[in-house]
Parts: sequence; structure tokens; C-alpha cells
Amino acid sequence: MADEMAGEGGGMRKMLIWLPLVLFLGFFGLFASGLLKPDDRVISSKMVGRPLPAFTLPAAASDRPPLASSQLATGKPRLLNIFASWCLPCAAEAPQLMALKRAGAEIDAIAIRDARADVDAFLRRYGNPYARIGLDARSAVQIAMGSSGVPETFVIDGKGQIAYQHIGDIRADDVPMILDRLRSAQ
Amino acid sequence: MIAEAGLAALWLAAALALLQLVLVVFGLAGRKEELLGAVRPVAVSQGLLTLLAFLSLILLFLRSDMSVMLVVTNSHSMKPWLYKFAGTWGNHEGSMLLWVTVMGAAGSAVALFERALGRSTHMATLGAQAAISLGFYAFLLFSSNPFARIDPPAADGEGLNPLLQDPGLAFHPPTLYLGYVGLSVAFSFALGALLTRQVDAAFARAMRPWVLAAWVMLTLGITAGSYWAYYELGWGGWWFWDPVENASLMPWLAATALLHSVTVLATRDALRAWTVMLAVIAFSMSMVGTFLVRSGILTSVHAFAVDPERGTFILALLAIYIGGAFALFGWRIGAVREGAPFELVSRETMLVVNNLLLSVILGLVLIGTLYPLLTEAFGHKVSVGAPYFDRMAGPLALVLMIAMAAGPLTRWRRDRFRAVAGRLLIPAAVAFVALALVVALAWGRIGILPLAGLVIAAAAAVGSVAPLWKRNLRRTPLFTWGMVIAHLGCAVSLGGMASDSAFTVEKLAAARPGDTIEMAGWTLRFTRIMPIAGDNWTALQADMTASRDGGGAVELHPQSRFFASPPTTTTEAALLTRWNGQLYVVLGQETGDGRWQVRVWWKPFVTFIWLGGIMIALGGALALVGRERRGWLMKWRARAAA
Repeated sequence: MADEMAGEGGGMRKMLIWLPLVLFLGFFGLFASGLLKPDDRVISSKMVGRPLPAFTLPAAASDRPPLASSQLATGKPRLLNIFASWCLPCAAEAPQLMALKRAGAEIDAIAIRDARADVDAFLRRYGNPYARIGLDARSAVQIAMGSSGVPETFVIDGKGQIAYQHIGDIRADDVPMILDRLRSAQ
Repeated sequence: MIAEAGLAALWLAAALALLQLVLVVFGLAGRKEELLGAVRPVAVSQGLLTLLAFLSLILLFLRSDMSVMLVVTNSHSMKPWLYKFAGTWGNHEGSMLLWVTVMGAAGSAVALFERALGRSTHMATLGAQAAISLGFYAFLLFSSNPFARIDPPAADGEGLNPLLQDPGLAFHPPTLYLGYVGLSVAFSFALGALLTRQVDAAFARAMRPWVLAAWVMLTLGITAGSYWAYYELGWGGWWFWDPVENASLMPWLAATALLHSVTVLATRDALRAWTVMLAVIAFSMSMVGTFLVRSGILTSVHAFAVDPERGTFILALLAIYIGGAFALFGWRIGAVREGAPFELVSRETMLVVNNLLLSVILGLVLIGTLYPLLTEAFGHKVSVGAPYFDRMAGPLALVLMIAMAAGPLTRWRRDRFRAVAGRLLIPAAVAFVALALVVALAWGRIGILPLAGLVIAAAAAVGSVAPLWKRNLRRTPLFTWGMVIAHLGCAVSLGGMASDSAFTVEKLAAARPGDTIEMAGWTLRFTRIMPIAGDNWTALQADMTASRDGGGAVELHPQSRFFASPPTTTTEAALLTRWNGQLYVVLGQETGDGRWQVRVWWKPFVTFIWLGGIMIALGGALALVGRERRGWLMKWRARAAA
């Protein structure tokens, strides 16, 4: 009887010894499933399918005309890029915008919380793919468009409706996708 | 050049860590003394190289070298030098470099100063330390290189998150990391002892100063972080149960339990397996915390650059180190003899109760922190807030405080229940007086948890100093003083927390210059509002004067600050500290009709929270110095006698 009890106690101790490892493996599985699950940080825009808010913005650069919302409803789909001269990802995005322009896209822009001299310097340095650039000094238009940061790029169909919202910078492999969206917005 | 030198130093340090591990493995396996002889110099060189890499990165930040990616994304040439300096670790890569630097320095310290540990356990410990370091070197070099260049160089940097532009950044992360990573020493000790099967009182005595040192730093780091969040965020709260805060609390809870169980092992040679287990858990909690923060798996206000690749990397490190340590534990601990038995009523039992309570609190915090992850695995999104933690951990913490007061009044090995109860008579009487006072003064206005908190804080304060009763204070050992001060610090801190949640008065007013706000005996006169400019910010500053009960007026200047790079607005609260509390004033938005939102709190005895934290750390430091000094004295006497 006593031996039996000791055996049971020993078995108990043995189980306890391995318990931490078992618990940790459980946590590990949890961590791994949390880490490998599809990323839901891609935010699908609530603005898609809605018309642009009405705005009239002053010119942000010396050699480009200002921008008003009516000029985005010209019957032909256009890109509207939201950027700022103080934003580093925007500089990283510049070559992709130039590529889109070469591929035939017409691009307008809104510069956020910016100054004309800074925008001029930025465009001289990284290239200027834009037809018109409006200055949104207090982010008012940006917020109305449901955009929360820079850079962002909107595909606007010919009727002035938002067809697609790209959050973050356009990478080189995004360019064909953006061109597709532009074509299908026709 | 500096960036390349730093990177080279880091690679060299990683190579030395590998060499250190190989030397230990072959030295111990083949009993080759000539190999083991090289381990200590290698460990010290490795520590020096990490330090060199870290200093290189600091230099790059101080010089605003805009050809280094990390400086571009986290600094700005217009920033004051203090934030260029502290900004070195205000980002993912820099803080991971700080992590390996502390780890390298801790390894050097173990190589240089550890004398009490047996030779082979010492070597095995250094081998384990090298093995852990290797993983973090790999993480840094392969997925978080802080020295990466950018070509062409940027015109200027993007700036540092303005919330971090505070002197707190210079102090809080380094102390926290010294604690976090300092626990890696205890982890390595445990692995070393498991490998050599030498878990005994001598091992515990050797490990204790390292645990104490890391715990003191962790306590300071958490205290500083809490006060920083309190005054910088402008919400008037001092603890938010945010995943990142929990990530620092969990290692602290484990280390606190370890600190007490290692004392049982050192004094009475009991709790062998449990102490080893806790040493493994404490640093594991540091690593789990790092994983939770850096993988972006949980959402937190402490936003770091989130990268799934990094998350996977740290997860692999967790699997190797924590899984490996637990497997080693299961494999080897059976060979460790059970320690000495003890009676039900004894100091040992009280410390076991302390350990169990701390472990349960740790488990509850861990579950609360991971619960959102668990439910998400089953398709629901939830967030666990302060009410869960307050309700679950609060009552247990109060029971823990009672055990804390009773523990030092109980004798080692065996005591009589009636005798212990007799020693607790005075604290119990104090508890009744406190209860009567609080009920008489605040009944109906105070919740049950703050009420219990105030009563238990008063009793625990008296109970904490009771071990000094009838003792010759000049002959009382320094480490006893350390224990008394640390325990008293817990009571003081609890008192501050309970008082803050029970008696805080809040007022939100819309005021224009010339108006007066009256609250809790304070008269706040809003004189004017004007723009001012700082080094890299502009602010709207309200000039106010505060006076209490017709006393002299003191000027207060709460601000709403605007930073240009990156564009952010922060609130700078104005704090007025009195012995019995703090006045906390925040300037809010303009309401449109020329009035401004002003939020005012009067928080009685809130400063006790952090005063208690400092006392706890001071107590730990005194205990550390006291124990070490006694060791030196004994050695010196033995030498003098010989």
C-alpha cells in the first residue's frame, strides 16, 4: 500500500515536471496561429463607390495649376495621389508614380500640410508626374476623403466617384494592379 | 565608417559567443581545462564588443548621420541632443541592440565577478548565456540590422515620436532592459545547474545577488515608466494594463517570487525544483513580453515597427530557448534530490504562500494579456480591459500584502500558530483603527477594493517594520533593513494606489482667460494663453495660478504642444506636488467661443505609488550590498586569521 502510494506520488511528480513544457507548447501553438493567420490590417475602404467630397484647393507648387473636385470628373479615369514633401515613403513611392505616368495614367495630387517651397524642392528632386496639385494645409479634404495618412492613392472614375483606395506607398509590384484598376474604372 | 565599425563589432561579438559556446561544450564534455580557461576572457571580450557596437550607434544618432536608415526614420537634426542620444533606443533595432549589449555586459560580469559558484556550473552558465545571446545576435544581424545604410542619404530625418521626447526616455528603457535582460543570468544559472545537477544552497547563494540586481533595475524601470505615462499621456492614470505594461509586470512578478524562493533555498535548502523553475520562467516572461510587443500580435499604445518576419523569428527563439529549458528541466530535475522538509507553520510555508500568490497573479495577468489572442483563434475579437485585471489581481494582491506582513514575523523551520498570531496583534489593531477612520470619514464614497487597500496598507506598513521591534537597530544586518524597507515600500505604494482611486477629485471646465476654477479647496486662476516656442516645437501655453484655502499662489503652465517632425500634438500636463497629493492640470481644445477645455485633478497621496516603488528598489539594493558585504567581511576575516 505504502509502495503504491509512493508510486502514485512519483507519477504525479513526473507529470508535474513536464507540465511547464506542455503548457508552453500550448502557448506556442496559440502564438503561431496568431502570427500565421491572414493579416487583417488591410483596411477595405468605406469610400469606394462614393462620390468625391466637393473641394477647391489652392496651388501647392509654383508650376502646376490648383485642384478642384470638379476637375476630377472629366469622363476619363484619373489617379489622385495624396502626398507630402516631409513624408519619406512618398519619396520612395515617386519612381512608381513616374512609371504610372509613362504608362499613360493621368495623375493629380493633394499635398498635405505643406509649403510651396518645400513641394517645389521635393518635385525637383524626385520628379513631377502630376497634372494639378492642390494644397490641403489643414488635412480637411484628406479627412473628408477617408484618408488617414500619406501617401495614399485614389482611383477616380470618369464621373468623379472613388473606384479604389490604395493605403500606403505604391510598390513596384503594385503598378500593374493600379493600371488594371484604372482601366476597369472606365 | 562608424556604422561599418559598429556592424563589424556586432558580427565579431556573435562569433565570440559561438566560440564561447563551443569552448564550454568541448571543455566540459572532454574535461579539457585548457579550453575552459579561455571561456572567461572570451565572455569579457564579447561584452566589450557589444558595448562598442552600441556606442557606435549612439555616436551615429548624436551626429545625425542621415546615411544610416535608422537615424533617418527615427531622428531629426533639429532635435535636442538629449533626444538624439536617448532616441538611439527609442526604436525597434536600437532597443534590440541595447538588449544584446546588456546581455553581453551581464555575461562579462558573470565571467569577471562570479566566485561562489562551482567551477563546472560556472562554465555551464557561461555556455548557456552564450547560447541565448547567439539567438539574439542572429535576430539583430539578419532581421533588424541597426547599421543599415541608405543611398542616397536623406536630407533630414523623420523625427522621433514626440511622446518619446521626454527625459524619461533616457532613464526608463535602459533600467527596464537591465532588469529584463539581467534575468537572463538567472536563466543561465538554472540551465548550468541543471546540466551539472548541482542545485543546492550554495548554488542559491551564488544566484541570489544576480537576481536581486536584475529585480532592483526592473522595479526602478517599471516605477519610472509608470510615472512617465502618468505625466506625459495627460490622462491622469498611472497604470493602463496595456500589453506592453503587462510584459514588464510579468517578469517582475516571476522575479519577485524567485527572489523569495531563492532565499528559502539558500537558507534552508528547500524548494530546489521550484526555484530552478522560477529562474527559467522569469526570463521566459521577458522573452514572451518582447515577442508580444515586437510581433504586433497584440495591439498596444507602445507602437513599434511591426513586421511579421520579425515575429516569426522571435517565436522561433522562444521555441528554442523556453521549450529547450523546460525540456531540460523535465529531463534533469528528477536527478535533483528533494530538498529539506519543513513544518506547516514556518517561514518556509509563508514564502511558499507568497510564491503561490505571485504565481497565480502572474497566471491571471498572462491569461488576460493573451485572451484576445485566444478568442481570435476561434473567430471572436475581444479586448480585455482594466476591470478584469483590477477584479482578478486586486484581491489576490491584497491577500499577498497580508502574507508579506506576516512572513517575516514567522520563524524558520517551525513556529507556533498562537505565537505568530500574537505578533500580528498590533498590525491587526492598526487595521481596525484604519477601518474605523475610513468608514467614519468616507463611508458611501469609497469602493470596497480601495477601502480594503487603505486598511491593509496601514496594517502592512506596521507589520513591515515589526521585525525591527526590540532589536538593536545598530546591529541589525543591512539585508534585514533592506527587507523592511522594501516591504514598507509595498505598503506605501498600495496606500497611494488606494488613496488615488478612492479620493481623486476631477473637474472638467470650459474657461476663458480671467476665469477662476474652484475645486477640492483649490482656486485655479486662468490668467492668459499665449504661444511659446521650444527647441523643436511650438506650444500654446496657459498661464495659471493655483492657491489652496487662501494660501500663497503658485504658477502653473499646462501646454498643448505641436511638433513639426513628425506632425503631432501632445499635451504637457502641469503638476503641482504637495506632501499630501498632486494637482494635475491639462489644457485641452479650444471650444470655439474663446474658451478652453481645462481638466483638473486633485489626487491625494498619489505620489506614494512611486515613492513606494523607489523604496522597494532601495530595499533590494540594501539587501544586495548587505549580503555581498557580509561575504567580503567573512573572507577578509578568514584571511586575517590565516
